[in-house]
Amino acid sequence: MTILNMREMKENQSGKITAVNVRGELGRRIRDMGLVPGTEVKVLGRAPLFDPVALRVMGFTLTLRNNEADYIDVEVE
Amino acid sequence: METTVALAGNPNSGKTCLFNELTGARQHVGNYPGVTVEKKEGKFTRNGHTIHIVDLPGTYSLTAYSVEEVVARDFLVNDRPGVVIDIVDASNLERNLYLTVQFLEMGFPMVIALNMGDVAKKRGIDIDIEKLSILLGVPVIPTIARTGNGKEDLMDAAIRIAQEEKQRMPLIVSYGDDIDGALIEMEEIINTNVFLTGTYPARWIALKYLEGDEQIMSKGQKRNPGVSKQLENITGRVSDHLQKTLNIYPEAIIADHRFGYINALARQGVITLRDSHDRLYTSDKIDKVVTNRFLGPIIMIGVLMGLYHFTFTYSEVPVGWLESFFGWLGNAVSTHMPDGLLRSLVISGIIDGVGGVLGFVPLIMFMFFGIALLEDSGYLARVAFMLDRVFRVFGLHGSSVMAYIVSGGIAGGCAVPGVMATRTLKSPRERLATLLTAPFMNCGAKLPVFALLIAAFFEKHEAMMMLVITLISWMGALLIAKLLRSTIIKGEAMPFVMELPPYRLPTFRGLAIHTWERTWQYIKKAGTIILAISVILWAMMTFPGLPDSQRQEFDKERTAVMAAVNTDTVHELEAAGDNVELSLGAVELRGHLAAIDSREADAGLRNSLAGRTGIALESVSKWAGFDWRTNIALIGGFAAKEVVVSTLGTAYSLGDVDPEESGSLSEMLSKTPGWSPLAALSLIIFTIFYAPCFVTVVMIVRESGSWKWGLFSMAFNTLVAFLSAVAVFQIGSVIGMGI
Repeated sequence: MTILNMREMKENQSGKITAVNVRGELGRRIRDMGLVPGTEVKVLGRAPLFDPVALRVMGFTLTLRNNEADYIDVEVE
Repeated sequence: METTVALAGNPNSGKTCLFNELTGARQHVGNYPGVTVEKKEGKFTRNGHTIHIVDLPGTYSLTAYSVEEVVARDFLVNDRPGVVIDIVDASNLERNLYLTVQFLEMGFPMVIALNMGDVAKKRGIDIDIEKLSILLGVPVIPTIARTGNGKEDLMDAAIRIAQEEKQRMPLIVSYGDDIDGALIEMEEIINTNVFLTGTYPARWIALKYLEGDEQIMSKGQKRNPGVSKQLENITGRVSDHLQKTLNIYPEAIIADHRFGYINALARQGVITLRDSHDRLYTSDKIDKVVTNRFLGPIIMIGVLMGLYHFTFTYSEVPVGWLESFFGWLGNAVSTHMPDGLLRSLVISGIIDGVGGVLGFVPLIMFMFFGIALLEDSGYLARVAFMLDRVFRVFGLHGSSVMAYIVSGGIAGGCAVPGVMATRTLKSPRERLATLLTAPFMNCGAKLPVFALLIAAFFEKHEAMMMLVITLISWMGALLIAKLLRSTIIKGEAMPFVMELPPYRLPTFRGLAIHTWERTWQYIKKAGTIILAISVILWAMMTFPGLPDSQRQEFDKERTAVMAAVNTDTVHELEAAGDNVELSLGAVELRGHLAAIDSREADAGLRNSLAGRTGIALESVSKWAGFDWRTNIALIGGFAAKEVVVSTLGTAYSLGDVDPEESGSLSEMLSKTPGWSPLAALSLIIFTIFYAPCFVTVVMIVRESGSWKWGLFSMAFNTLVAFLSAVAVFQIGSVIGMGI
């Protein structure tokens, strides 16, 4: 069990969110999409230029820029 | 009985689809007051009930951060619809319920439309509808919006709820000891002071203070600064406490608990998963190819070229019909009306104006059909995903590419539909920067100008020049976007956080309604202004006209020419139809008369308001290498860029020059002293960047919601164009390119 920054997650790696360290509009949007502590996420892939990242969250696909993923900590196996 | 029903829900939940199924073609599209968010309304009749349906913008939440969310929220509290129908995507229930919980907390009479149960089932998700209904305390009606399944049941339930209750008890979600304690304390203050309670439930106001909701807080400060201050103090205290003990913000705790509440619902047997959420759906398999590092960009280029081809090639046929119809109409009028100002107004002002307005209609229809297809199928979101990294550098969004391409990113587009294409952009600042820079692309109307100048001065390097011109406009547009985003449209990039919706086959009905709506809006709203400006431009190029003395001079010349030949020749010319073989004498006479007409037109143009302006500007424009003739042509180009060519023709006394066949004019230019490859290059640069044609300006005004941006684009673009042209011309002159 280690806690990683979401940017460091590899393709097909899964984990559980432990913290979202941002407030304001970005924080709100991240949380509105279900990225709250306890949510399971899996990295589906990255865009051709390695940014943004595509995630599987609660059965749907969400994309985030790397600099937005920076605020999210994930616990991985 | 008449009831208003509001349709609300997440983007991609099938809301628009359901709205189309319910209202069919009986829709009315307007705007919410003061913002550019679309307001769609329609009617549905069932068992003698007329139901007025309002389609709220799709949102994930009800914060005050986006215009869409504020609009949805304000509509619900101000207009108090009889029922809110919340469309919930069954295949994505947990995230969709996040919005539902927020509606319930506001205490609206509600019905849930549980949409796309078929998709959910295929994905191995079973939903206990009855249990969901009992736990939330609202009717839940299964629907399949694509086919209209369940819409009658849904409306029956909506009518029932509308008749039963006016107000329901707001849902109470527990937010943990710290927040709950504060909420109770705040609620008491709110209730004793009757603080905004006419509009919102007390607990909800308290929650919004804790979330730091700017709209509610500023309303509160206006209503009662004292009470507002008390509430802010409590918020501050709780916030400090939570930061110290848990290192977390109140807004984060509130979101966590809302999802906690939803998870608890799910665990009580509402959702049963037969598979894990992790499994790869068909959509994911498509994405493995379509967003692949190597294949993805190739496919994307193909799709964008396809959209371009579809818009501009297939629309040629109806555009041609319209052109020939208005050409025919113009001819008919010119044969049946006596020569004079009125005829000129009818032909050059009104018929050309209406023709100009309607000429864009096929383009707009084809483009919106193409974009709706890409949007509804889900591909557009992938384009944004793949290109975001590139466009972000310039302060734009991945979706900006559509507007650029349509505007002429592939040379030959049109900025009018291009500016309209920015509607797919949801972030206001990125959208504004895109719609202000899209007109720098090389639209089809600029191409004849380039063709003329290239043929005159760069004949050997034609292909290379076109490539250079395309690159210059892309670089210019991106750099200017960057400049705008770091100065007057400054502000952080809107969070990208975006859903990649599963690929879906669009319904033809949805595409048709979408296309028609946009086209009709263009005709109705832009059409009248465009017509008015076209008449004004006609007047500028016509008035005050030649003084009588000068006109008489030309008449005298004509009489002299005619007197010089024998009367038979004059009669032969006057009687001759279009395709009659003429004698040598008559041909010569016709040539002389045409030359006089051209000189008269030239003199008239020079004396017109536009001409005088052009001459007056020469002292400035000579820095860029333009004489007064070029200036007049550029002023004419404000009507439509290809007019530059025909106006130049008039200014060089060549009569009417067809922009498509400007050989005689380019020959003339290449021989005229004062013109040089450098002056031509300078004019090319100016043409790329200067003020968009007025139809585009009108569209910028419509899409940005303010005349300010329309005027800005005219002034700013012309300034950019002038400075670049001067730089090219002056530097070129110094290094000796000008000779």
